[in-house]
Amino acid sequence: MISRFNLSKWLLPFYVVVAFVFLLIPIGYTFIYSFNDSVKTNIVWRGFTFNNWLNVCAKQEVCVAFGNSLIIGVTATVAATVLGTMIAIALVRYRFRFRSGISLLLFLPMATPEVVLGAGLASEFLTAGVQKGMVTIIIAHTMFCVSFVVVTVKARVSTLDPALEEAGRDLYGSPGQVFWRITLPLLFPGIIAAALLSFALSFDDYIITAFSSGTTNTFPKYVYISAARGIPAEANVIASAVFLLAIVMVLVVQISSAVKRKRLLKSGG
Amino acid sequence: MAFSAFATWTAKEQAPRRKSKIALLLLLPGTLYLALFFLVPLVSLVMTSLQEPVPFGDVGEFQTAFKWQNYVAVVDTYGEHILRSFGYAMAATVLALLFSYPLAYFIGVKARQWPLLQNLMLVLVIAPFFISFLLRTIAWKSILSDESFVITGLKALSLMAPDAHFTGTPAAVIFGLTYNFIPFMTLPIYATLERLDVRLLEAGSDLYSKPVTSFFKVTVPLSMTGIVSGVLLTFIPASGDYINASSTFLGGQNTVMIGNVVESNFIGPSPNYPEAAALSIILMLVILVLVTVYVKRSGTEDLL
Amino acid sequence: MGRSSSQSSSGPDMAIGTFAESGADLELVGIQKRFPGFTAIQHLDLTIPAGSFFALLGPSGCGKTTTLRLVAGLEDPTEGSILIGGKDVTQLKPYQRQVNTVFQSYALFPHMTVLENVEFGLRRRKISDPIGKAHEALSLVELDHLASRKPQQLSGGQQQRVALARAVVNRPALLLLDEPLGALDLKLRRQMQIELKSIQEEVGLTFVHVTHDQEEAMTMADTVAVMNKGEIEQLGAPEELYELPRTAFVANFLGQSNLFTGPVSHTTNNSITVDVEGTKITVPTKRAQRLKGEITVGVRPEKLHLHKDAPKISAGTNTLGPGRIVDVSFSGVSTQYLIAIPGIGTVTVFQQNMTFGPLAGEGAEVWVSWDVDHGFGLEDDPTTSPRFAADTDTATIATQKKRALLSELEEA
Repeated sequence: MISRFNLSKWLLPFYVVVAFVFLLIPIGYTFIYSFNDSVKTNIVWRGFTFNNWLNVCAKQEVCVAFGNSLIIGVTATVAATVLGTMIAIALVRYRFRFRSGISLLLFLPMATPEVVLGAGLASEFLTAGVQKGMVTIIIAHTMFCVSFVVVTVKARVSTLDPALEEAGRDLYGSPGQVFWRITLPLLFPGIIAAALLSFALSFDDYIITAFSSGTTNTFPKYVYISAARGIPAEANVIASAVFLLAIVMVLVVQISSAVKRKRLLKSGG
Repeated sequence: MAFSAFATWTAKEQAPRRKSKIALLLLLPGTLYLALFFLVPLVSLVMTSLQEPVPFGDVGEFQTAFKWQNYVAVVDTYGEHILRSFGYAMAATVLALLFSYPLAYFIGVKARQWPLLQNLMLVLVIAPFFISFLLRTIAWKSILSDESFVITGLKALSLMAPDAHFTGTPAAVIFGLTYNFIPFMTLPIYATLERLDVRLLEAGSDLYSKPVTSFFKVTVPLSMTGIVSGVLLTFIPASGDYINASSTFLGGQNTVMIGNVVESNFIGPSPNYPEAAALSIILMLVILVLVTVYVKRSGTEDLL
Repeated sequence: MGRSSSQSSSGPDMAIGTFAESGADLELVGIQKRFPGFTAIQHLDLTIPAGSFFALLGPSGCGKTTTLRLVAGLEDPTEGSILIGGKDVTQLKPYQRQVNTVFQSYALFPHMTVLENVEFGLRRRKISDPIGKAHEALSLVELDHLASRKPQQLSGGQQQRVALARAVVNRPALLLLDEPLGALDLKLRRQMQIELKSIQEEVGLTFVHVTHDQEEAMTMADTVAVMNKGEIEQLGAPEELYELPRTAFVANFLGQSNLFTGPVSHTTNNSITVDVEGTKITVPTKRAQRLKGEITVGVRPEKLHLHKDAPKISAGTNTLGPGRIVDVSFSGVSTQYLIAIPGIGTVTVFQQNMTFGPLAGEGAEVWVSWDVDHGFGLEDDPTTSPRFAADTDTATIATQKKRALLSELEEA
């Protein structure tokens, strides 16, 4: 009896550890192979080196593609965050006609496979005779990020006590002042979360990019194309660096908010 | 986070009372944008799917027509691919659910007394998002290639036939799809389990139910919204995916999915736009039908 | 946004950089407020004189908070007009009215410090020395030492006081209090009531206080208006409302009452007598709202005397009985007896505990009597449906909410 009890008690934690190892294996692999002293392809381990990290831009294409991804990510994030936040505020705060129609319009892009979104845009650009490039990629990325921004910001808006804005108006704040000094600062955490999500979605997107990019390269597209003949270790370096940066950012935010909470409890108590 | 996107859609909300022209100003740019770059492309896709080749034209030259037979032809030619896509997506969804539920349960329920550990584990679940999807998949391809120590080891232990391969098989594609969409499954389930009132489980055991019974009668039903969101967030992108199935990644000659056909017909060297467009429309319609049926059957109808 | 916004933030008669000179009187004329699906306020005429402490009392859903929001400008009336200090402000936006509100949830801005919260209104109106004035206001509520804290770091009572300081610092012509003590525990409530009252005396503003707590309304306000179903049932000084309620709703919402209904059987110059199932109950004419037909008369439980033997019938006294005590409950200062009297119903009696132990136990046969001058006659017509519905109210609100939602769905 006792041994069975222990087994069932430790089974789940053991599973969780194994699951995390499984989840992290390819990440570890990518990271380790960023130090591989590779020649052309980065498949066989040929020895340890820092060269790839020190000369990331030795393969110029990688860096150009990475730069493009950053520009596209930032631009699409700003556009999607502005458009999505506006919609989220309207959805929570106002009454209007065609509400369910608009909800559906926001829901559908999330329920449509990327390949269909991409094919649709490609077909539109083809029909309209638009030259594909940076601009069309940004247009495409903004489109699929808007819905995710709406969902994220909407959750924040609906937890916001409407009395706060009323108090602002009551205390002689004009609509503009109330928006900039009360509403926006209070929505900020939600907007930041939405922006980070948008950036992550845009930065890692390959499928929609493939349909709307023409000859412009992005980081994922570069990886996809070079996958056939071998991905250079520099790509691993960039991906690992982005990964480490993101993890550090997340941890800093987590720890600082934990510290803040503790301080609040102490001084508030 | 927005991975509970589908879950938050279910939240019943009291419609606000205020009516104002501001609402219109707030809604107009975004909806106009989506109309222009989501709805119009869909219409354009339908138009393209009905085109026919220009007589005696070059490769990739098509003209406007209403050739509904395109759909029949496409189903005829690619019926196998369509079935394969949904089969792979379903298998990956089930596997991801089986993998994710215990994980999400541990993070959301068992780890509650250690908030720091809980947060750390959440970061680990999200971690794969921070590294390129394509590089992760390539990494698996190397790790599981015929020369890798995993496969050679399995063969040495006679757990695999000496002439068998893993990469390039349907199993590898399903494996890749499962791996890549695990976070999309885990996070929404976690989000609902995290809000689960433990007292309900206590009430369940108070009413003389065994742990297993209260798990299936109380915990699982209460996390249904999370399961539904996770299933949708996995199934939809998985059925349209073509990275995992591509032969440069985990797939092979016999694993071609709809996404691969659409891709090669749209951006390949010899484009066949009507065929690709018709396949896309079919993919979208089948998904919408499946999603609607699934949502209705799982009893979370206000989702749509 | 400098100039244009500062101009738009001031009403036609609200000068920038100056305070209101003193409290102003408030006039509501023919106000009606309909929301999609239900009517919150049917018809409201109300005048609140300058400098008074006015309480709007009523159960939840009676329209008192809506009234307050109309005055603040947070809702627009469907009909009627609102005058502050004699000037029509109906069309003015909230930020153009010299009115401030202490919200039920306090609505302190969580991203600002206590001081920044209090300064907010002063800065919007470009009043000189906002920091100094904010500190002064915080001193008034004895919280100046916490000025640099964030609101989440304060206790409920402290947050409430910050909310009060944030409103009072603007020296509004009218200060609106929306159940500001609702979230506090009993002891803190009493303390805050005293504090509020002394602040009002100190600054001399007009206070309009919305509450569902009758004790709070009676102890604090000069004038109390009892609201029910979007209308004012009765308005007056607390003692007046208590001693001479005009409707059954007031008689029951403000304290407890014993009510008896019957036809008027006898009328003299200064009294009327009602026949309740054979028992005669007399009420002074000047304390009765109606003098003919079926009427309801009543008396407060603490005005009743309990007798173990049949009392002598005298002209100045109403006597009921004999009846049996069905319940005795001791509450420290007094004891409540419920007495079932055949043909009359259950009568409640409060007896002050001047001796130890109850006067009579359960099952004892007793009589009750009271001075004719203590009775009152109500204006409700007992033959039509009574208006008192204090305890069915949540259900009413639920149906109203549902109707509102349904109508919205239809619109969408």
